[in-house]
Amino acid sequence: MLEKATVGSKKYWIWILFLLAIIAVGVFNYLRQFTYGLGITGMSRDVSWGFYIAQFTFLVGVAASAVMLVIPYYLHHYKTFGRIVILGEFLAVSAVTMCILFIFVDLGQPMRVMNVILHPTPNSVMFWDMIVLLGYLTLNIVIGWTTLGAERKEVPPPAWVKPLIYLSVPWAVSIHTVTAFLYAGLPGRHLWLTAIMAARFLSSAFAAGPALLILLAMIVRKVSKFDAGREAIQSLAKIVAYAMAINVFFFLLEIFTAFYSGIPGHELPLKYLFFGLDGHTELVPFMWTAVVLAFLGLALLIYPETRKNENVLPYALVAVFVATWIDKGMGLVVGGFIPNPFERVTPYTPTLPELSITLGVYAIGVLVLTVLYKVAIGVKEQVA
Amino acid sequence: MSINRRQFIKIAGFSTILGIGGITAIDKMKAGADETSAVQQIFGTPTPLTAKRWGMVVDLSKFKSAEDYQKCIDACDQAHNVPLFPNKKDEVKWIWTDTFEHTFPGAENELLPEAIKEKNYLLLCNHCQNPPCVRVCPTKATFKRKSDGIVMMDQHRCIGCRFCMAACPFGARSFNWRDPKPFIKQENPEYPARGIGVVEKCTFCAERLVRGLKPACVEKSNGGLIFGDLEDPNSEVRQILAKNYSIRRKPELGTQPSVYYLIGGIENA
Repeated sequence: MLEKATVGSKKYWIWILFLLAIIAVGVFNYLRQFTYGLGITGMSRDVSWGFYIAQFTFLVGVAASAVMLVIPYYLHHYKTFGRIVILGEFLAVSAVTMCILFIFVDLGQPMRVMNVILHPTPNSVMFWDMIVLLGYLTLNIVIGWTTLGAERKEVPPPAWVKPLIYLSVPWAVSIHTVTAFLYAGLPGRHLWLTAIMAARFLSSAFAAGPALLILLAMIVRKVSKFDAGREAIQSLAKIVAYAMAINVFFFLLEIFTAFYSGIPGHELPLKYLFFGLDGHTELVPFMWTAVVLAFLGLALLIYPETRKNENVLPYALVAVFVATWIDKGMGLVVGGFIPNPFERVTPYTPTLPELSITLGVYAIGVLVLTVLYKVAIGVKEQVA
Repeated sequence: MSINRRQFIKIAGFSTILGIGGITAIDKMKAGADETSAVQQIFGTPTPLTAKRWGMVVDLSKFKSAEDYQKCIDACDQAHNVPLFPNKKDEVKWIWTDTFEHTFPGAENELLPEAIKEKNYLLLCNHCQNPPCVRVCPTKATFKRKSDGIVMMDQHRCIGCRFCMAACPFGARSFNWRDPKPFIKQENPEYPARGIGVVEKCTFCAERLVRGLKPACVEKSNGGLIFGDLEDPNSEVRQILAKNYSIRRKPELGTQPSVYYLIGGIENA
C-alpha cells in the first residue's frame, strides 16, 4: 500500500519537499544542540522542562483522541464514522511519533536512551509512559494498516484485529493518564499536584484532538476526492463542544480551589500565569489569549447555527485547538516550575534553535501524517 | 593494639571456620584500644566512615558572616569540580545560601527578628529518607544507598531526562546545560568532571567518607556543620537534636530530609 505515497501531483511533492526542508533545518539545529548541550535552549536549573516537553504533553492528548472515533464506530456501530476513523488512527500514529521525538530531543544524553530498557524501573512513571506510548503506537499502526488493507481488498478486516481495537480503547485512556501522572505525583509542584490532572488531560485531549481531526478532514476534502462526510464532521464537532465545556469546567475548579483556599503555594503559579509575579509577566498575554479563544470557540460550538455553518466551524476549532495548546503546553509545563522551590521567579523563553528543533519534529509528524493519509486516501479513492 | 597481616588472617580464617564470618574478626580488632590504626595497618588505608543513615545539623550560630559560608562552598566546589558559569541560566551548584523566606518558604512570618530574616542559610541536598527524585528516575541513575541512606548519582547512567529535577522539592539538583570543564576554576584530578547532559548534586562527599574523611563543607565549617549517624542515639547529631529545637525544609511533603537547622544555634536554643 505504501507505494500509493510515491505517486502524487506536483503540489504533493512540493509539500513533501517543503516539509523536508523544515526537517533539515531542525536536524541541523539538533546537531548543534547535540554538541553544545541543552544550554542552547532557554531552559535553566529552575525551569528544567520547556517547549519540548510542553509539545510532548499536548500531543499525547491528540494521540489519545482517536478513541473518540473508535468508541462510537467499533463499540456502538456508529457507521457515520466509518470513513473518518482511519484518519483518527493515523493521526494517532503521527502524534505518538512526535511525542517520542520530543522526549528524545529533550534528553541530555540521547545516546543512553536504551538505559530505560536496560535498567527497567517500575517505580518511575516515565518507565510506564514509555511502555504505554510504544504500545499505543504499535496498536494504531497495526489496526490502521490492517483495516485499510482489508478495505483495499474489499473484504472485512481479519478477526484477530477486533480484540486489538477493543484494547486500544482503554490503552488510549492509559497514555494520557500515565502522562498526567508524570506531573501529578510530584511533591512541591503545586500547579501539578492535583487529583483531577488526568481528568483534565483527557477532557482537553478530547477537545483538541477531534478539533484537529475535523480540520484535517476538511483539508483532505479540499485536496482530494475523499470526503469524510458532513454528518461525521458535525458529530465530531459536538464531541469537541462537550469535551471543551468539561475542560473549561475542570480548569475553573482548579481556580476555585487555589484562590478560595488562599493557600499561597496553590495561588502563586496561577498568579504568575494570569497576572504575573515579582514583575515577571512573560506568559500573561498567552494565557489570556487562551482564555478568550477557549470561550469564543466554546460559544461558537455550543450555538447550533455557528456549529452547523462550515464556514464558521473551522474558526471555532482553531480557537479550541490553540487555547488547549497554550494551556496544556507552555502554561502547564512552565507554570509548574514558576515559582521555583525557593519561591523565586526565573522566567523562560524558548530560543530560536529550540523553536527550529520543535518545528522540525512537527514537520516529521506532518510528513508521517501526509504519507499515511496519502495511502489511506489512495485506497479510499480506489475502492470508491 | 598492634596486629599484623598474619594475625588478621588467622582471626578472620578461624572465625570463618566457626561459621561466624569476618564480622567477628573485625569485632575482635575493634575490641582493641586503637581500632583505626589497626585497620589502617591491615589495609594500608584509613577506615571508611560509616553510618546507618548519614545526616547533618546546620548550627546557624556558628555562621557569622558570608565568608564563613563561602569557605564551605569553596571547599565543595573545589573538591567536586563544580563549575562557575558567568550566565545564571547554566548554573550548577551543590551547596549555596539563601535568605529565610526562600530557604523555608511557608515558614516565614513578617514579624520575625530582622536578624533571622536577613541572615543567610546554607542549602544542599537533603538526602531525604523518602526521596522523590529516586522514585521518579527511570534508570536508577539516582538511588538511595542502602548502607547509609545517601542519595547518590550515577552520572554514567543518567540519560538527562531531568525528571528528578522536577521531582525534587528542594531545588537541590543541577543539570549540565553545557560543557562544564572550561568553567572549573582549578580542576581536582581526584574527582571526575562531568560532561554535558547529566544531572548532578551533593553526595555528602561519599568519596571522602570512604577514605575516612568527613564531607569537605563540614571540615571547613568551624563546627557549624555537624555530620553524623541519625540512627545512632549516641551520635553527636542525635545528642544535639535531642537537646535543641531544630527545623527542616518543607517537612509537610513527607520526604524526611536528613538536614536539620538550628536557627538559634546550640547556645541560644
